[in-house]
Amino acid sequence: MLPQRLIESLVGLFLLFAVIALTVLAFKVSGLTSLFPVKTYTVTASFDDIGGLKVRSPVKISGVQIGEVSNIALDPVTFRAIVTMQIETKFNTIPDDSSAGIFTAGLLGDNYIAITPMYNTTYLTNGSKIQVTRSAMILEKLIGQLVYKIGNGGSSNSNKDGDKNAK
Amino acid sequence: MLDKLTLLGRWGINNLRQLGKAGILLYRALFYPPNFRKGFPLVMQQIYSEGVLSLVIIVVSSLFIGMVLALQGYHTLAKFGSAQQLGVLVALSVTRELGPVVTAILFAGRAGSAVTAEIGLMKATEQLSSMEMMAVDPIHRVISPRFWGGVISMPLLTLIFNATAIYGAYLVGVKWLGLDTGIFWSNMQASVSFQSDVLNGIIKSVVFGIAVVWIAVAQGFESVPTSAGISNATTRSVVYSSLAVLGLDFVLTAMMIGSW
Repeated sequence: MLPQRLIESLVGLFLLFAVIALTVLAFKVSGLTSLFPVKTYTVTASFDDIGGLKVRSPVKISGVQIGEVSNIALDPVTFRAIVTMQIETKFNTIPDDSSAGIFTAGLLGDNYIAITPMYNTTYLTNGSKIQVTRSAMILEKLIGQLVYKIGNGGSSNSNKDGDKNAK
Repeated sequence: MLDKLTLLGRWGINNLRQLGKAGILLYRALFYPPNFRKGFPLVMQQIYSEGVLSLVIIVVSSLFIGMVLALQGYHTLAKFGSAQQLGVLVALSVTRELGPVVTAILFAGRAGSAVTAEIGLMKATEQLSSMEMMAVDPIHRVISPRFWGGVISMPLLTLIFNATAIYGAYLVGVKWLGLDTGIFWSNMQASVSFQSDVLNGIIKSVVFGIAVVWIAVAQGFESVPTSAGISNATTRSVVYSSLAVLGLDFVLTAMMIGSW
């Protein structure tokens, strides 16, 4: 039997390893940031169709992540989806006429919001609403339109007719 | 005919009694924990012999499990051109399922069987009854420290298992197969959530720890005090705890995935 003191230090070492493992799992693996929250401000935008957008989906400008989606709700009057985003305060010079679109990373990847900056000199602040939005591209709808157009006979003329008829 | 029926009834009643005894044992171990000043060194020794000594098998097996998972996952994901999701695949499967389950089964084989054999031998050599003669409660002195030592060790071992397995996957995926380090970690961080993946895995491991140590302690305490009885009890301890872990895993997963 080992002396009690040695056993206690070995158990202490074991606990230390476990705590290190927990820290690695929390910060390196699961990217937990809520313990040290980054300062953010809230911006909303309403979309016709958000596709597969989820809470915690990234918000990007030029592919660089600047924040994440914090809430998704449905407007009870217009039946549009209202997406609330948290954007880091260090990105506080985004022009307020910028547009927001929902894109897909890769062909089958997750959805994210891309903000395209415009030229206004007033900036988005806490509680601002992004006016210009583009909905998610739904693959099934695109295929449906394609099939519809092919069904109307391929050539460009009849395509226009098909569009008029559709309207 | 009537004899057979009597036999069946006796078998059922005996099993029910065993379950009841094990339940009383669990109750006494849970609600009369060892006295802090006297029991602390005993629990410490048990954490050492159940936790620290299991560390080698846990670290080695988790490293290899992580490496194999990365290798298999890479070749399957590469077919769909999404090899950069390798970190996500490994991290999710390890933190959610493999970590708690494999740790619990290894723990049952490495520590649970030792606990059963030790308590069984104590019973066979009448150490437990001589403790009672000296007015020392064997449940307080022998069972409870082993129970708490196991319950404390299991989640810690699971945490170490998870971290090492992901490190193994990092070694294979990034160092050997040449994935990008940044993509490996950032995809993982984007998809793994602390609450629903890491924390739920730890909750599972606590439940498995209680189940495995309870079965080990109860089998040892109720074993027939002969050589054959101890060997039977040890076998049953490992078999029952492995089955209990896999069964409980299904129930817990169903509870966690359903809106709980």
